[in-house]
Amino acid sequence: MISGESFLAFCVMIALGILCLSFLLTVLRILRGPTLPDRVLALDMLVAVAIGFIAVLGIKTGFSFHVDIAIALGLVGFLATVAFARFIISRKADPEIPPRRAAPGEAGQ
Amino acid sequence: MSVLIDYVAGILIVIGALFTLTASIGLLRLPDLYTRMHAASKAGTLGSCVVLIALAVQAHDFAIATRALAGVAFFLLTAPISAHLLAKAAHSAGYRLWQGSVRDDMADAAQPRQTTQS
Repeated sequence: MISGESFLAFCVMIALGILCLSFLLTVLRILRGPTLPDRVLALDMLVAVAIGFIAVLGIKTGFSFHVDIAIALGLVGFLATVAFARFIISRKADPEIPPRRAAPGEAGQ
Repeated sequence: MSVLIDYVAGILIVIGALFTLTASIGLLRLPDLYTRMHAASKAGTLGSCVVLIALAVQAHDFAIATRALAGVAFFLLTAPISAHLLAKAAHSAGYRLWQGSVRDDMADAAQPRQTTQS
């Protein structure tokens, strides 16, 4: 029977590894993203991953102000997405809409 | 009791991290913006919310738990709004759906904004 603290520390390590992996995959979508809304969406997702990071670090270290940082970061991410949506509306015709190159077999590649 | 709280918090952390990983894989694999939005705004929000719930479970202070739950409510309120705004903006700006999409209910709504009528 493992004690509670060591089990929690083990789960924190696993969760930090998984969150690092998902952070890298989201950054890959930002770099590859063919259009501007794809990049904005990936930035929104990046904020969600960062909030998860902050919450896990708050559990690991026990500092209470991490929750306030997470809430403030969520507010900033929401406002950034709204502002980017207004920006996307304002510049109507995108000159470089790429053709959809995805066949059902190779979706996303 | 403390051991049980630690176990529940650890399991919730891993579940939330796995939801976030699912969201980022979906963000990378799905074919166009509107399907990627499903992954990012549902699974991603759920992932960070579950980790915040784990923080609320594990916190020894009542004020920290309340703040974490307020954060969960805030994210559950704002994530659909931002996703809806982004999808509506992208659709009205003329970003097309994936060619495998079977139906576009907003095609008529976006029609007057386009210069070329087809």
